[in-house]
Amino acid sequence: MAQGVMVIAEQRDGDIRKISYELVSEGRRLADALGQGLTAVLLGAGTKDKAAELGQYGADKVIAADDERLATYTADAYVPVISEIVKANDPAVLLLGASSLGKDLSARLSARLGVGMAQDCVSFAVEDGKLIAVRPIYAGKAYAKVSFSDDSMPQMATARPNVMAINEPDAGKSADVEDAGVNLDDSALKTKVAEVIKDESGKVDLTEADKIVSGGRGMKGPEGFQVLEDLAAAIGGSVGASRSAVDAGWRPHTDQVGQTGKVVSPNLYIACGISGAIQHLAGMSTSKVIVAINKDPDAPIFQKADYGVVDDLFKVVPPLTEELKKVQG
Amino acid sequence: MKIIACIKQVPDTETQIKVAPDGTSIAQDDIKWIMNPYDEYGVEEALQLKEKFGGEVTVVGLGPKRVTESLRTALAMGADKAVLVTDDALEGSDALAVSKALGAAIKDLEYDLIFTGQRGVDDDQGLVGASLAETLGIPHLAVITKLEVAEDGASVKASRPVEGQTVVLETPLPAIVTAQKGLNEPRYASLPGIMKAKKKPLEEKSLADLGLDASEFGTAGRKLKVIELTPPPERKPGQIVDGESPEEKAANVAKLLHEEAKVI
Repeated sequence: MAQGVMVIAEQRDGDIRKISYELVSEGRRLADALGQGLTAVLLGAGTKDKAAELGQYGADKVIAADDERLATYTADAYVPVISEIVKANDPAVLLLGASSLGKDLSARLSARLGVGMAQDCVSFAVEDGKLIAVRPIYAGKAYAKVSFSDDSMPQMATARPNVMAINEPDAGKSADVEDAGVNLDDSALKTKVAEVIKDESGKVDLTEADKIVSGGRGMKGPEGFQVLEDLAAAIGGSVGASRSAVDAGWRPHTDQVGQTGKVVSPNLYIACGISGAIQHLAGMSTSKVIVAINKDPDAPIFQKADYGVVDDLFKVVPPLTEELKKVQG
Repeated sequence: MKIIACIKQVPDTETQIKVAPDGTSIAQDDIKWIMNPYDEYGVEEALQLKEKFGGEVTVVGLGPKRVTESLRTALAMGADKAVLVTDDALEGSDALAVSKALGAAIKDLEYDLIFTGQRGVDDDQGLVGASLAETLGIPHLAVITKLEVAEDGASVKASRPVEGQTVVLETPLPAIVTAQKGLNEPRYASLPGIMKAKKKPLEEKSLADLGLDASEFGTAGRKLKVIELTPPPERKPGQIVDGESPEEKAANVAKLLHEEAKVI
């Protein structure tokens, strides 16, 4: 009978990515609720030793698949390797992150395994020994509580990044690292990575940012964003944009937060000159703290903001930058 | 080149989404149905490739009869033929079932490249592209913003934005590409296009026509089950931060973020 929780950790260039700690932590909570064990899986090249660290966050066992062909993610390589690990271990729950890699991998893997898949979940629970997941639909206009048919094993889901709390690592805890033999048929590896083009150096991707300062139509033009860049620099944040600002050509599409842009979940989201259309909210509604600065007292963003300032953002943001520098000491 | 573009319909994004009385579905009255926006990028890319390399574009839709309207739109944009997979038994199907039905409709067609949107803006799952590729036994490249077909037509190079970088993937054809915003600018159907579309072939296929067992589809056949739909969770009510001047308001916000919210 299927038993235990398994999570698929992620690495890039040999470093374990933050979503992995979120998955192990949440996996631990679910495993405890089920009264079962937690296994973390890491695929990579030369990453086997790093994998042991996942034990400190709560994994009972770690399975490392180490092979040159797993250094950079491709579905062709990762899906068969993980399928074998799943078959050998028969977990009841299989979690991945809803990162770009996780969303792609989970889509192909769930089809390979012939099971249901819940994408981009914001919470999990166990009810009567089964996994329950909650996920936004229609760009967050509704939320769906979902479960899996009895014959759909393992129960598969991806967790939205930056939502699940990370456990305090316990250096005293360690997990056994099992070396998964990698049986990859080269002829099945059809897709190759031709090139990796890094974005502007030093910029943290919005989906991974802890703090975001975002601008909308109220920025009035590309130059207006300078005050947001200054604020972001002062607090160690990244600058995002609403669709209006991107469609107007003021900011690149990679900066767009919203239904047709990125979904972000930072600790702090400061929305400047953004009205708060539902499509924008879809991209940031799971932010922990939301600040809105807008001249229009009727802007819908104020319904969602924890702290709202009804005033001219160009008069508020520069002093806010100075004040935040002061409180950080 | 023989290219297929898969489409579905979704509620227009301005639609007010309301939970139906059954608590597990969305109220369907007052919905304006449109082609899933991400599918439009797929149709457009197919048309641009046909213009460049010659060949034929078939658009395949799945859903109730109203999907015919969006198929006619694709034909009006320039697609050559359309197939609608439609059956009452399909209502409520999950991604695995949809891919099974689409796969059955497509497997006997000739194709070099198949497009889908990167996800549907209704369920936001993004599974059918990869699932269909699995059903057909071909590679898939997801969330693609740039596509180049090799001169010999045997492979493609595709750009896929991920966190902090763009990955350029190369894969032999046939393959499935799921389209992301930025891949192209979909054209509007012209009036002559709309007139021509009326005469282009549009075939309907039921599950029986495809040799499929209806009991594996629909709500009852789902592997992922919806227990309940609810409106989005309410956030704790917020506060408007006051002050005599913008500077004072700024100081108050900074204090609250530091002392109360503890995020700075």
